[in-house]
Amino acid sequence: MKHESHSPDQSLGQPAVVVDNVSKVFNAGGRQQVDALLDISLTVQPGEFVSLIGPSGCGKSTLLRLIADLLSVSSGSLVVNGKPAAQARLDQDYGMAFQQAGLFDWRNVAKNIELPLEIRGWDQAKRRERSAEMLELVKLSEFASHMPWQLSGGMQQRVAIARALAAHPPLLLMDEPFGALDEMTREHMQAELLSICASTSTTVIFVTHSIPEAVYLSDRVVVMSPRPGRITATIDVNLGGNRNDDTREASEFYGKITEVREALRGIEHVGGARGIEDR
Amino acid sequence: MVPGALVLMIVLWEGYKAIGPENGADVFGVRLIPRTSDRAMPHVVEMLRRFGRPEVGGGSSRTVFDAVFAATWYSFRVALLGLVLGVCFGLLIAMLMARFNLLRKGLMPYLIISQTVPLIALAPLTVSWGGRLKLGSFEWQKWMSAAMLSAFLAFFPVAVGAIRGFASPPAASLELMDSYAATWWQGFRKLRFPAALAYLMPAFKLAAAAAVVGVVVSEISIGLRFGIGRLILSYSQEATGDPAKVYTAVVGAAVLGLAMAALVSLVDRTLSKNRPAEAQA
Repeated sequence: MKHESHSPDQSLGQPAVVVDNVSKVFNAGGRQQVDALLDISLTVQPGEFVSLIGPSGCGKSTLLRLIADLLSVSSGSLVVNGKPAAQARLDQDYGMAFQQAGLFDWRNVAKNIELPLEIRGWDQAKRRERSAEMLELVKLSEFASHMPWQLSGGMQQRVAIARALAAHPPLLLMDEPFGALDEMTREHMQAELLSICASTSTTVIFVTHSIPEAVYLSDRVVVMSPRPGRITATIDVNLGGNRNDDTREASEFYGKITEVREALRGIEHVGGARGIEDR
Repeated sequence: MVPGALVLMIVLWEGYKAIGPENGADVFGVRLIPRTSDRAMPHVVEMLRRFGRPEVGGGSSRTVFDAVFAATWYSFRVALLGLVLGVCFGLLIAMLMARFNLLRKGLMPYLIISQTVPLIALAPLTVSWGGRLKLGSFEWQKWMSAAMLSAFLAFFPVAVGAIRGFASPPAASLELMDSYAATWWQGFRKLRFPAALAYLMPAFKLAAAAAVVGVVVSEISIGLRFGIGRLILSYSQEATGDPAKVYTAVVGAAVLGLAMAALVSLVDRTLSKNRPAEAQA
């Protein structure tokens, strides 16, 4: 599928996201102080697909929200698309998709996709053109004037992805976007997402609970552990560009799943051993 | 719905009149069972006939229908103004409370207190305050007090509904707007306000009813002529000699309430075209 290239600064070879020694503390100094993230460092290259995986409470969603500048770091630095995270948010350098599609009930599908463009002040003709293009990308062109409640869960999530990518951001942040879908739809959506990302060369940071999902989608799987959240392992996947249903039955696929699973098991043994590190 | 309810009321009225005791009855020494004599409960037909006869015996005066219609129309306009003012004020308050944390926490008790002030006590005050207000050729009229009091009752359900409605979008939707670096106003226009519509419609219905009550009560307590509230009062003074007459005015008041409710439903239907079927009341 044809797709215009993203912002030019990507071609300069600078990383898409640089997380440098970031920590996040909620309720600092309070009785219920929570060390959500501790000394996280992570660099994501343009076009890369990185999954964050770990048990509940490991801070993977928090890390995603820090990158999105929906939360601010307690210490460390965060560079997105070559600028501070706050500036990247103001410039709409990323799109975001959540577990719930979160479409607005009072807007039809096309209008939902146009929402971020309206906020950027695009005129109507340009918005129309872009939403039509995005609908084609997620293969929902004939549903442009449907209302969200008329679509299935998988279709709603596709609209949410189209909305996240409508402004052609170089970076896509996804927080368990397929978590609420059934297994069949989920696998279908994973394949769709890969083809969308390939055609748009979008960088993706993807939070998930599912090991097979992380392995299937990612160039790199980042394993995190809780209390305080930190990165315990990074696993390169490299299943190749042409992943399909056969990939899911290949032995390399299972090998990587085992590797990730063992990395996750390791967390249990370490347990809270490093839990009480005060910075 | 409305014709059915009307028929039911007539059946109940005439049914009770047919079987109830002429002079009422006591229950444990208290007069609880209403009288059914023609003086206490005139026949529905008699009420309808009364509409066609002149207001006062003398022949040349206007019919009761004309009088009730004029009074109802007068009160309707005042109540409508009260409703519009109340809706605007209620939305404004709720918007400010959604915008400023301090107001959200601090203002609510005052809103509740405002509704515990008896309208009867407030009504004469607004008239005397208004009387002192003179801006050039502008002079405060009594009907403005009635509209204000009506707005005073109508704003409350709107404010309460809107506060809940503006706070109703899920965290993910708010985060989404944040991720677009949307301004507060953009977030309000594109998310909070449309999300609140489902909460606003029931609130508007309550407000319409409150606006009617506000007008009728304040007409009586500030002595505003021309309105239906006043007409009920003056007709009721003739109840012994002309029992059907007061009910004509009561019918006028009921029609006033129905007209306001119909108006709100009409607004509801226009605004809710795009809402999912299950979300429509």
